[in-house]
Amino acid sequence: MRAELAKASLIRHRARTALAIVGVAVASAMLLDMVMLATGMRESFRELLLSRGFELRLAPKGTLPFDTDATIAGVDAITATLRANPDIRDISPVLGAAIHVPTGDGDVSGSAIGIDPSVQGDYELVSGRDLTRPDAIVVNEYLLRRLGAHIGDTLNVALGYDPQTRAYSGQRRLVLSGVARFIYGANDQGGAALRRETLETMGASSVTSGRVLRDRASLFMVKVRDGADPEQVRNWIEARVPTVTAISIATAIAEVDERLSYFRQLAFILGAVSLFVGFLLVTTLVTVSVNERAGEIAVMRAIGVSRWHVVQQILFEGVAISLAGAVLGLGLGLVTARYLNTILSAFPGLPMAIDFFLFQPRAAWSALGLLIASGIGAGAYPAWRAASLPIAESLRREAIA
Amino acid sequence: MSDAPTPGTTIVSVRDVHRDYPLGGDRVHALQGVTLEVESGDYVAIVGPSGCGKSTLLNLIGVIDKPTSGTVAVAGKRVDAMSDGEATRFRLHNIGFVFQRFYLMPILSAVENVALPMAEAKVPREERVRRASELLTYVGLGSRLRHRPSELSGGEQQRVAIARALANRPALLLADEPTGELDARTSGEIIALFRRLNADGTTLVVVSHDEDLAAAARRQIHMRDGRVVEQGGSS
Repeated sequence: MRAELAKASLIRHRARTALAIVGVAVASAMLLDMVMLATGMRESFRELLLSRGFELRLAPKGTLPFDTDATIAGVDAITATLRANPDIRDISPVLGAAIHVPTGDGDVSGSAIGIDPSVQGDYELVSGRDLTRPDAIVVNEYLLRRLGAHIGDTLNVALGYDPQTRAYSGQRRLVLSGVARFIYGANDQGGAALRRETLETMGASSVTSGRVLRDRASLFMVKVRDGADPEQVRNWIEARVPTVTAISIATAIAEVDERLSYFRQLAFILGAVSLFVGFLLVTTLVTVSVNERAGEIAVMRAIGVSRWHVVQQILFEGVAISLAGAVLGLGLGLVTARYLNTILSAFPGLPMAIDFFLFQPRAAWSALGLLIASGIGAGAYPAWRAASLPIAESLRREAIA
Repeated sequence: MSDAPTPGTTIVSVRDVHRDYPLGGDRVHALQGVTLEVESGDYVAIVGPSGCGKSTLLNLIGVIDKPTSGTVAVAGKRVDAMSDGEATRFRLHNIGFVFQRFYLMPILSAVENVALPMAEAKVPREERVRRASELLTYVGLGSRLRHRPSELSGGEQQRVAIARALANRPALLLADEPTGELDARTSGEIIALFRRLNADGTTLVVVSHDEDLAAAARRQIHMRDGRVVEQGGSS
């Protein structure tokens, strides 16, 4: 009966209730978006790092992966050292370099990685064939479009370009064998992959790249055996390979956490403000409604309706508005998050797979829980007012009014 | 219509009741040593000029207010010192209220309004609907069960309010200016209904300026300045 009366009371002022629900929905959408923003990038980054199962990255000492042009010397020796640890399952050395592809009216440049296709964790083949031959190259959609090329075309790829002499160096004719999606690549950058030994060979004949590539890697990606502790393996590597900084998912996440701490603070503040606005909206509406119905409530009490039941009815009203607003806000929040994510993901240089707003059921439940708690809180004051109305005095005031 | 105690037994006993209100820095003495008794099956009209304390006295009998001093007993129980919870339960099962403004729930139908106190008393739904329909038929609204208050005239709304007051078979029906918002013809219908209720065993205490309503009562209690100045005998 309390729920029915609460419903009846809300239906009585349809327009006002609808406006309040829309207001709560906007606040809920904002709250959900902020909860998604607070954890989204971190979770998205974690998923990105774990997507191919490599728990450890080895970067040149004191750097982060691909943060600088520095490389790690002695790939073969390091690989042999790593293989001595039974907890290490796979090792994927990655060599990075800039490439140039001369075209009729200039050249198209991009980033290339040299990898071992049997253990690589940098790309997923979208179409065509993988790097089965030494003269094969796979490129991303962006580079493919820029080149206007097709699978099967032969490309003249260079590692170096001297703008003074307009001469390319380290050139090699490579066959475009496939198109790939580069997991860590940005959607506005040309990306390519070829065998590491091919890239090394091209580097050896390059006079302008200024870099020695033989037996070098920009990064090692390491998979540990199932059940092994990545942190223990990380410590083991750092102790035995002094030229690298070993980064586990946990340390990478900690680094990201530190860098994104202002994002989380901002999201927390905006989320709290949204929640408070929703809370005030519901409190105001229900308080106004209680004041309008003072006579009715006094009569209900006079005919024997208990204080607790009056409180329940008012709380129902607050929770019903919050719940309806929250459900509407959930949809609204997802739509706005998707839109905002599209805008923010276009930020130059960001990996395509990074999401700013990541929907997580737990976050949605948290937001919903907060809103329901806020609805109960919002109804508490007007409910207390309603239950505390002196019956005789309220009836006398109503009669005078 | 109500589970009336044996006729002739005292159902309301008010002894030397005072009720003071703070007003600004002063105190208003709304009731000053009121003593009266109402017997079961009686029909009492409390009359007097505005501000003489009629409604205050009715509120004390109805257990929605407490006296500053003195005692009030209803249906054999002291009600002046009851806790809020006790008073609420007591009102639910023993007292029916009718107000000048009908105070029906606007979104509920007539039958739902009448069923409201029964729901509070945890009467099963089917029983509630059955009894609410019977009561509405009794007050002459058998054909308006599903109508909402906005679809009923003032007199019809007051009859719904009377049916609601009778829902839990109270020992005592209290009415505060029940014809105050009604025209003469509709007031006449309500007066007739009160007479019928009393004839069927309901004990009534009515506060009113309406001379016709007061004249319909078996007994009139006259008040002035917070005191009972005349208690008529039963007619």
